[in-house]
Amino acid sequence: MTREMNYALSFDDEQAMIMKSAREFCKGKSSIQDVRELLGSDTGYDKKVWKAMVELGWPGIAIPESFGGIGLGIGSLVPLAESMGRYMLATPFFSATLAAQALLRGGTQSQKEEWLPQIADGLIATVALLDSEDWGADTINCTAVDAGDTLKLSGTKWLVGDAGVAELFVVSVKYQDKPSLVLVNAGQFPKSAIQRHTLIDETKRAFKVDFSGVEVEKSRLLDPALSESTIRDLMLIGALLTAAEATGTAAASLDNTVEYLKSRKQFNKLIGSYQALKHPTVDILNEMEAARSHLYHAATIMGDGPLSDDMEIACRMAKAQATEALLFAGDRDVQFHGGMGFTYECDAQLHIRRAQWSQQQFGDAYHHRKRLASLFFD
Amino acid sequence: MTAEKQDLNKFRAEVSAWMKANKPADPGFLLPQTFMEVGSEEVLEFLRDWQRKVYDAGYIGLTWPKEYGGKGLPEEYQLAADEAMAHERVPIMLNVIGLGWAGPLVLKSGTDEEKQKYLKRILTAEDIWCQGFSEPDHGSDLGNAQTSAVKDGDDYVINGTKIWTTFGNYSKYMILLARTNPNTERKYDGLSFFLAPMDVPGVTAVPIQKITGEYGFTETFFDNARIPASCLMGEEGQGWRVAMQTLQFERSAEGGQATHYNFTPVTMGDLLQATENTTRDGQPLLKDPIVRDNLVKFLIEEKSLRLSATRAEIPALCQDYPFSLALSGKLRATEYFRRMRQYAISLQGGKGSLYVGDEGAIEGGFWQRAYFNNFSATIGGGTSQIQSNIIGQHVLGLPKS
Repeated sequence: MTREMNYALSFDDEQAMIMKSAREFCKGKSSIQDVRELLGSDTGYDKKVWKAMVELGWPGIAIPESFGGIGLGIGSLVPLAESMGRYMLATPFFSATLAAQALLRGGTQSQKEEWLPQIADGLIATVALLDSEDWGADTINCTAVDAGDTLKLSGTKWLVGDAGVAELFVVSVKYQDKPSLVLVNAGQFPKSAIQRHTLIDETKRAFKVDFSGVEVEKSRLLDPALSESTIRDLMLIGALLTAAEATGTAAASLDNTVEYLKSRKQFNKLIGSYQALKHPTVDILNEMEAARSHLYHAATIMGDGPLSDDMEIACRMAKAQATEALLFAGDRDVQFHGGMGFTYECDAQLHIRRAQWSQQQFGDAYHHRKRLASLFFD
Repeated sequence: MTAEKQDLNKFRAEVSAWMKANKPADPGFLLPQTFMEVGSEEVLEFLRDWQRKVYDAGYIGLTWPKEYGGKGLPEEYQLAADEAMAHERVPIMLNVIGLGWAGPLVLKSGTDEEKQKYLKRILTAEDIWCQGFSEPDHGSDLGNAQTSAVKDGDDYVINGTKIWTTFGNYSKYMILLARTNPNTERKYDGLSFFLAPMDVPGVTAVPIQKITGEYGFTETFFDNARIPASCLMGEEGQGWRVAMQTLQFERSAEGGQATHYNFTPVTMGDLLQATENTTRDGQPLLKDPIVRDNLVKFLIEEKSLRLSATRAEIPALCQDYPFSLALSGKLRATEYFRRMRQYAISLQGGKGSLYVGDEGAIEGGFWQRAYFNNFSATIGGGTSQIQSNIIGQHVLGLPKS
């Protein structure tokens, strides 16, 4: 192995402030009762909370100031996403952030000028990247073909986040045999083209969207020269944000387990005194902490330009570690609650369901390790 | 870059250059990877000479005061020298217990006479030191030590048995935890701490053959061994406190060590290098998808250890469980290395069944021995299971087992 590993990890006052305010905000706005109340709702989030988040400037935190954002870079998204995961706070934040990153990295100057300030101001945008169950597929099934002055789209996308409320879609398509990204407005297809998935994680909202028949101006194509690298970077940023959110939820799940272990008695003893429960709980803590270290390292080195090998390694490692940690935490959360853990009423179900969601978003742990192996060994 | 940082970088480069130029040639026997593997005179003398040479060059004991053989420099200089040694993979520093634990203890709490008497000869490796804490019946329960020390005139008379004594048969002195009062209410209050000579009648160190095959430990018997009363450190009954202070140095929770370079680092880079030419199913090992996946898992884990060590120094990034990283470092690292070394052997195919002494063994059987030896780290200093109890109770607030 000739590759030198990057171990940079630092933290400044500004980041500390973001982290503190993110934790306070999410804690205050998303109690477990709030989370449960939203499970059956249509949009999955509270509009007032989203509005408050927009007022704090979060949708624009990683958008440069020249496009109406705060310009703190992707690193600042990590503590936000982690806090949202910690309190399972649902908003269209992830969808809008990924759409903004797509525009920022792959859009033309006029597209950036048109859309980024709007997203920073709370316009809900989303990305449509997945054609099947396979996050690792190297072909795109959705297509765009020339139809006179316009482009005609065809194909269906899976797991499009917040499509029910999104006003702008960034869609990956095959155009002239190359991967491309194209902007589609919500008004350009019928509502019936959007079909909500029944998700394992009921805090999330994602949809199947059929773009067949949609016609858009050619000016809606993102910069063709940048599309391939933009799609690659979006997948990595998506993985990193998912990792941050999952790490937060792993901490929530751990707390839930620990609380029970400290209060539940069997055979006249607190069950947390049994090493068969105590030691795996310590292992959960350690796996969650390892995930945090990978996350903050990634946050330290990420930048606005095309992602380097070191950044790719950081994102993939964070995703692999974080989602495995949450799978472990959620699984034991249920088991250690005994009979209660088997009920819908027990919060462990929220964590184990989130774990199943997070592991699959932007590629599972093996998907990322496989690509890390290529980076290290080939 | 600040002036100090420039000086430090210059110093590190100087040490690296010296190490490159003076790294001893292969002695023809397997050099220990940790200080717990010194089981023969030839290894002992080889490492004694090497430590002396490094001391004379001015690269250990840098923080110790000049009047006791040191150089009076800030800690950063020693860390830089240690880094350079690790980077150049030179043989380890031999007199670990003196350099890392007993020395800093004497420096912090000893009398001037004690400092004059002991410190410089620790640096030169003229006097090897050992530690007498653990007893056969009291491994994890150190506070229950039963070896007795009874005052008799100007002497203490020592009776009892210590175990897992590294350098027990080569040492001039032992830092000894013994019971001066068997009748205290709290078991800890009956303990006292001695800087005990080993060359007195009644002390017998019997080598213990380890799972590795070598004799790096002894069982040490005290049979009416008389040591001067002046060997008592502090006062009677303060032994537990002094022992805990020593553990602070041992665990590097507190600085002042004459060096930290007491084991050769073994990384994933080494593992990949060692198995470079190994095949499986007729193909290079690194073509096998499961091997690749396992190796990446280790890379992720190894990286997290290093990142967590950095993060532990940044309180804002250690919320929720502020002591988590500090208390889990030993558990995480030692268990990682155990699994990684075990896996290293499994990658060797038929050669994995060879051992130290076989000319076909990969790197002289280094990985086989490294795996076995690693149990000293997952067991010593509190087993992994005890560590999990500590973390469960002190970090997560779970009830006592």
